[in-house]
Amino acid sequence: MAAQPYGLIATFTTTPALYHAAEQVRDAGYRYWDCITPFPVHGLDKAMGLRRSIVPRISLAGGITGFITGMTMIWWTAAWDYPLVVGGKPHFSPMYAFPVSYELTILFTAFATIIGMFVVNGLPMHYHPVLKYEHIRRGMDDTFFVVIEARDPRFNLANTKALLEKAGGVSITELES
Amino acid sequence: MAHAQPATAPAVLQEVRPAVLPRAVLVEHGRSFSWITDKICGIIEGKTPAWWWVCFIVACFVASFTVGGITYLVATGVGVWGHANPVNWAWDIVNFVFWIGIGHAGTLISAILCLLRQKWRTSINRAAEAMTIFAVVCAAIFPVFHVGRVWYAWYLFPIPNSNIIWQNFRSPLEWDVFAVSTYGTVSVLFWYVGLIPDLAVLRDRFYAAGNKFRSFLYGVFAMGWRGSNRHWSNYEMAYLILAGVSTPLVLSVHTIVSFDFAVSLLPGWHTTIFPPYFVAGAIFSGFGMVLTLMLPLRAIYGLQDLITQYHIDCMCKITLATGTIVGYAYGMEFFIAWYSSNPYEGFAFINRAFGHYSWAYWIMISCNVITPQFFWSKWIRRNTTLVWVLAIFVNVGMWFERFVIIVTSLARDFLPSSWGYYSPSIVEIFTFFGTFGVFSTLFLLFIRFLPIMPMAELKAVTPQADVHGGRHGDHKTGFGDPASIEQGGAKP
Repeated sequence: MAAQPYGLIATFTTTPALYHAAEQVRDAGYRYWDCITPFPVHGLDKAMGLRRSIVPRISLAGGITGFITGMTMIWWTAAWDYPLVVGGKPHFSPMYAFPVSYELTILFTAFATIIGMFVVNGLPMHYHPVLKYEHIRRGMDDTFFVVIEARDPRFNLANTKALLEKAGGVSITELES
Repeated sequence: MAHAQPATAPAVLQEVRPAVLPRAVLVEHGRSFSWITDKICGIIEGKTPAWWWVCFIVACFVASFTVGGITYLVATGVGVWGHANPVNWAWDIVNFVFWIGIGHAGTLISAILCLLRQKWRTSINRAAEAMTIFAVVCAAIFPVFHVGRVWYAWYLFPIPNSNIIWQNFRSPLEWDVFAVSTYGTVSVLFWYVGLIPDLAVLRDRFYAAGNKFRSFLYGVFAMGWRGSNRHWSNYEMAYLILAGVSTPLVLSVHTIVSFDFAVSLLPGWHTTIFPPYFVAGAIFSGFGMVLTLMLPLRAIYGLQDLITQYHIDCMCKITLATGTIVGYAYGMEFFIAWYSSNPYEGFAFINRAFGHYSWAYWIMISCNVITPQFFWSKWIRRNTTLVWVLAIFVNVGMWFERFVIIVTSLARDFLPSSWGYYSPSIVEIFTFFGTFGVFSTLFLLFIRFLPIMPMAELKAVTPQADVHGGRHGDHKTGFGDPASIEQGGAKP
């Protein structure tokens, strides 16, 4: 048996064409498929039926960790490890600890957001079947692609190709895996 | 116009047509996606222009003054600066606040304008963020070296040390350490996230052009970005959150910088107006620097279709607004000094305006209060040379603002017996002068090797990016929209 292709890739030249094609692929019930676009196309998430990103939850976790880290660090250094009276003031108060904890909240949120985004996206991934497609460079420039993966249970070379053609895709090509 | 009654509408409405307010075009001449890619990438892929080398060599030469000044300081001691009792904070802190303030416009453009959905930010945000990072680099030099024995600068951070004593977290100076280092780090992260899709474009273009080495370098940092919409979905969310956290960050950084002064008890420093006044001043100075940098870039690289007159108008108006806030703050400081009936506070302000440093005060007033008022005029906003000159005045004025605040208050504190007059030494002058070289060197490297505009974001604001083929506004009818009149009001 010949090697199973990674999937099929179809080219679209305008954003409306891509948008409507994405709606059709979504309605056909595919799960393992994607759009390749040079910029974030407004509304395409809905056309693809994507759920809301989970990155904000990771950010929130990062922010809470940052705030607790700040408060704990200041309490531990000032009131526990080496208590020192400064200006006759109490060893610890959340008031004076707030500015540093606030900055650490932001710092940890930023790191959590970026690391979370990479992890959720599965990046870095420097080798990918899609990147081997000879015209993929245009996908970073001015062209749009729809990729349907062979591992999708509904994938069938002939039917999937017909769907992409019906949706208006051109240069439908098999991607090597 | 839902309340309008078609049957009883006065006859004159039949003829009156509301003005259609055109939405400003952000990319002029209907440029295509590939035109944008070619234009921005062409700057990096083309041969290094002669002017770049000239500027780069000059910038490196100027930067050597900072290197020389700091080397001399480290080799000799912090006494080579002109500081002496009672003025123990002078150019070091003036320069620090000056540079950190410049950075704030970059974050304002990238974060606050992103949250406010001001799409005009797209063509200037990359360069403005680069400006932020390089300004923070220049700012960081001063507090790090003003500690004197710079090899102990790590004592600023809570790292266990042989004295076992920890940092005093009650001190605004310690808050500043965290604020500025967080600001620098988050600015770099935000900038990098914005760069990823554009680095992927460069990776693929250099690969196609046969330059494997540069393709590899850009590729490593592009993280294997492939334009997947499943990735874009998370990416945009991450970008929005970064904008969301950078907004309180940028406001907190200059607030905490102002706490360095406001939390002390010195007349002229100990005022509650400082945080908002410093933040407005920072944004004011930052936009001055953005204009200083972007107008020459626009002219040299022919970016008039991407940085349009509308962009310049917007930047001038923000400069005008923040400059006016700063002017209001100057007036309010005087008012409160009088209204508080505190003789020390009153003296501090009279002394600022009419004392030994009055020359600095009046430079500050003329540059910061009078200069931005020219931006009321549309004619001036359209004259890019004039805008550039005015922006330079803003930069100068904001440096003097920090000088006036810091030095005049210290030179004339409570007891006349401890008064003094501060003049900078040549080492300080060289060190500060050199930071412009450090900044320019970094900025020149940036415009040579990285895309100066976010291509993906620019493409997203073009009309052809709209999935509804430019008819996006059809279902939205509002005041002044002809469609709403046709439905509820007069028939044409």
